Amino acid sequence: MQPIIQISGLSKTYASGFQALKSVTLDIRRGEIFALLGPNGAGKTTLISIVCGIVNPSTGKVLADGHDIIRDYRAARSRIGLVPQELTTDAFETVWATVSFSRGLFGKPKNPEIVEQVLRDLSLWDKRDNKIMTLSGGMKRRVLIAKALAHEPQILFLDEPTAGVDVELRQDMWKLVRRLRDSGVTIILTTHYIEEAEEMADRVGVISKGEIILVEDKAELMRKLGQKQLTLHLQAPLAEVPEALAGHGLTLRADGTELVYSYDTKAERTGITALLSDLGAAGIRFNDLQTSQSSLEDIFVGLLRANA
Amino acid sequence: MSAATMNLHAIKAIYLFEMARTWRTPLQSILSPVISTSLYFVVFGAAIGSRMQAIDGVPYGAFIVPGLIMLSLLTQSIANASFAIYFPKFTGTIFELLSAPVAWWEAVFAYVAAAATKSVMLGLIILVTAFLFVPLKIEHPLWMLLFLVLTATTFSLFGFIIGVWADGFEKLQVVPLLIVTPLAFLGGSFYSIDMLPPFWRAVTLFNPVVYLISGFRWSFFGFADVGIAVSLTMTLVFLCACIAVIAWIFKTGYRLKN
Repeated sequence: MQPIIQISGLSKTYASGFQALKSVTLDIRRGEIFALLGPNGAGKTTLISIVCGIVNPSTGKVLADGHDIIRDYRAARSRIGLVPQELTTDAFETVWATVSFSRGLFGKPKNPEIVEQVLRDLSLWDKRDNKIMTLSGGMKRRVLIAKALAHEPQILFLDEPTAGVDVELRQDMWKLVRRLRDSGVTIILTTHYIEEAEEMADRVGVISKGEIILVEDKAELMRKLGQKQLTLHLQAPLAEVPEALAGHGLTLRADGTELVYSYDTKAERTGITALLSDLGAAGIRFNDLQTSQSSLEDIFVGLLRANA
Repeated sequence: MSAATMNLHAIKAIYLFEMARTWRTPLQSILSPVISTSLYFVVFGAAIGSRMQAIDGVPYGAFIVPGLIMLSLLTQSIANASFAIYFPKFTGTIFELLSAPVAWWEAVFAYVAAAATKSVMLGLIILVTAFLFVPLKIEHPLWMLLFLVLTATTFSLFGFIIGVWADGFEKLQVVPLLIVTPLAFLGGSFYSIDMLPPFWRAVTLFNPVVYLISGFRWSFFGFADVGIAVSLTMTLVFLCACIAVIAWIFKTGYRLKN
């Protein structure tokens, strides 16, 4: 199936000379939740802004649902909804007016039923006649989401949706995003919270210094995360892994004083019992042991460091 | 929706949004210009005007009516349109317009139509107010309306450019205050440029506002400083120049996209 967004060779150099994106190539699959993970200033917002038409690309090409975002911008943009990072709203408008305005702006005929549905889904229905400036920060964010959904987009960009949002609203937001995905909307969210990517995404992309340095299914990533390491501190160093233990896939570290065993915590058998009894049979003694788990955070930090 | 069709829903949405802003602030939008114009009539029309001689048979109080309407029309068109586009830039809500499937000319059309509608309404309100102060007869009402609409449109376009160009509230005020108001005052709002010495009369002819006021005054009284055809041509030239600048702004993303 054709990806819903195809980004190829996308670069952006600002007038200041700052290169925000360096030849980014990325496909977003239809109907997935894609989390774009990266530290502040990595290029997440620039990437989103180009796809949505707010920033002009320097070079490269973007197709949204097969439509070139520049040549065929009407078709491309009418499929996209954007929830920006900043709480930029018209302070003096009512919730109802601003959401209806967005629907019109994106070329859809007036439809009070749809606006009502969007407002109800976001628990904004009771606030529909309130001026936006009277709403709390969390409510304003909901209004921005409602505006982005008012024209029934197929693709929804959420730029840092839960930055500065309380726990309850964050949970609500996650529920909403899942519900949208279930209704067929493709969702791209940027975040620098790893737990958010872990909780929400089908796939995770890591961006750093304007380059995509990893794109992986979250399940695959989590499988890697499920790996734990058992480190045995040996009483006497070994020159090599003994023949009798070859089947366990052990590695020697720290001049032969540490034996490292990797295992999958989610597997039915971890193999630890067998390993320990084989160690005993081979007469290998150890005075300490520890287990460790690499988190998405470790992978992330490792990647960023490698990229630095 | 194909690329060939227009986004009429967007034009309507922007237009109604902008008009709604007017109804929210009736004091600022309607009452304040009416009051300031009334003050002009009291001072220039009644107090000073009663000591002035008639110009080409038109009493001074009536003579200044077209100029006064133009003065308000120019400043209000610029203020309306520049604020309409500057404010979303200032608050950041412009992201929505930039990300919408809207052609630049559709957005400009909607913003300018709303700004011009407000100015024309205002011009008509001032005209009605004028009738309360001075005896007035309009010789060519249709031409008057045409000049009203053309001027409002042209200066709303001009205001739109200023709103895009301005990157602070000060700049937003500078052009209307330092350029447009002097041009309007020196463009014959309160006098016929024939009253000037020949040299200054020649200098004045470089002021575009002269042609607007002159044409507008002609529609009231049937005489003018310059020919009606010249007035109309100059107005249209300025209109086209503004459209060209706006087209360039959107093509390059100047001050809107980086």
